[in-house]
Amino acid sequence: MKVEQISIFLENKAGRLAEVTGILGAAGINIRALSLADTSDFGILRLIVNDHEKAKEVLKEHGFTVGRTEVVAVEVEDRPGGLNRILQVLFDASINVEYMYAFVQQSGQNAVLIFRFDDIDNAVAVLSRNDVTVIEGQRLYAM
Amino acid sequence: MIYNEEYETMPREALEAIQLRRLQTTVTRVYNTVSFYRKSFDEVGIKPDQVRSLDDLRNLPFTYKDDLRDNYPFGMFSVPMDSVVRIHASSGTTGKPTVVGYTARDIKTWSELMARTLMAGGVTRGDIIHNAYGYGLFTGGLGFHYGAETLGASVIPISGGNTKRQVMIMTDFGPTILTCTPSYALLMAEVAEEMGVDFKGLKFKAGIFGAEPWSEQMREEIERKLNLKAMDIYGLSEVIGPGVSVECIEAQSGLHIFEDHFIPEIIDPETEENLPYGTPGELVFTTVTKEAFPIIRYRTRDISILHPEPCRCGRTMVRMGRVRGRSDDMLIIRGINVFPSQIESVIMETDGVEPHYQLVVEREGRMDTLSVMVEVDERTFSDEVKNLQTRERSLEKNIKETLGVSAKVKLVEAKSIQRSEGKAVRVIDKREI
Repeated sequence: MKVEQISIFLENKAGRLAEVTGILGAAGINIRALSLADTSDFGILRLIVNDHEKAKEVLKEHGFTVGRTEVVAVEVEDRPGGLNRILQVLFDASINVEYMYAFVQQSGQNAVLIFRFDDIDNAVAVLSRNDVTVIEGQRLYAM
Repeated sequence: MIYNEEYETMPREALEAIQLRRLQTTVTRVYNTVSFYRKSFDEVGIKPDQVRSLDDLRNLPFTYKDDLRDNYPFGMFSVPMDSVVRIHASSGTTGKPTVVGYTARDIKTWSELMARTLMAGGVTRGDIIHNAYGYGLFTGGLGFHYGAETLGASVIPISGGNTKRQVMIMTDFGPTILTCTPSYALLMAEVAEEMGVDFKGLKFKAGIFGAEPWSEQMREEIERKLNLKAMDIYGLSEVIGPGVSVECIEAQSGLHIFEDHFIPEIIDPETEENLPYGTPGELVFTTVTKEAFPIIRYRTRDISILHPEPCRCGRTMVRMGRVRGRSDDMLIIRGINVFPSQIESVIMETDGVEPHYQLVVEREGRMDTLSVMVEVDERTFSDEVKNLQTRERSLEKNIKETLGVSAKVKLVEAKSIQRSEGKAVRVIDKREI
């Protein structure tokens, strides 16, 4: 019920992001979801890709510092209030969200939310108990 | 004007005879009273009576800052503590300061040398000295103070800090001589301007500035903004404090070393061979009159040059050029000595991994700023911003606590720090001084 996310340390320098996407593109890796957190000095690029092992390998070959984290992907109906219901469930269970990002599926029916939790197992259990659809990694990578 | 004309203008031959006699006395004394010297002389197989000429000084072993640290605090003293009347210390390289002592006669010697220094800088009995060197363990404040009193000038022992009050006192007391670090002089000019005080309306005629490296450009700026003549002074606590050498107001060209008390040498820091006059290298000093803390062939790590040509002021003592750098990687940041290795150990202790880092020193306005670039690798990377920022903050806090200097820590990408022949370039000093 967990999804592998890779994260990449980037200095705030022109062209660094394009370098990452260039390397991934050349290696035939498809990006499923992406978020970039930044400060004045540096950024952390988080990616969900179709082949995280390979992505990590090619990025490391190019000298990037790459981390791997398990995150949770949740499917939610693409309509007003969809995200709020999920956050309410997490809040009621006192589960802290470290960060999150979202994307809309091609069909346009559903949105996918990516959550980073400290206590991932507990979070997955709470979400499942509340009938939230947690997406399997394999399904997400292939989307 | 010359304070001690007999010595300061002595013919070289007579001066060298005095130097040799005093050197022999000092060498015998340290061999018999300081176990460190007995051991280091024995190791190279030299006895004090083998020093028969000034050239024989070259056969004696060097003394390094590490030796002083190893003998902390009083192990290098050559007299019993009941003869020591004063203790000073300078900022250390690994937390422990370098400690020096003075007998009553040492204080008298130092006071005379500072009186000579002040007079070389144009000071006379009628002057009022605004002494903004720090008073305390640092030798600057008290060194100038005793020199001023010995000369018979009036001294305002204002010490450093509280710049607005300094400007007020300058305006009200009408001092004619300013003594402080060159960077503080420029800061005072700025604060005075903010307060609407024009140095042209004050009574300063000269200033003696030192304790940190500075340049001819800074001299021009100080002279213009503070409306006075600016002289360079050199000294270090291991030798005596301020009063090792000073520029004369007549020439303002090179610092006269008081050679009747200190014998200078210039060496190649790599080969440790002596270099001739006119060749830049590392300054090495031997004290020949000090009692409590004599020092033999002390490696200052300061890069300078010696000029023997006579000076128009009449002094016969050799002149040293402005200190133009260091032969080690020590940085002086806002008056604090910083070695890259100290930062390295702080990073090691904080992160638990061996760091790739680089120090970047810049001067913003009057202030030196230190940035510490630390490479992020897989062991220290996190996908959460707050973790990386917490790491930056804790590194900054630990550097401040350990070294006493504020630094801005910046995380940078792995392998982004420039390496030369496989070794990371540890320091980039962008200060133009």
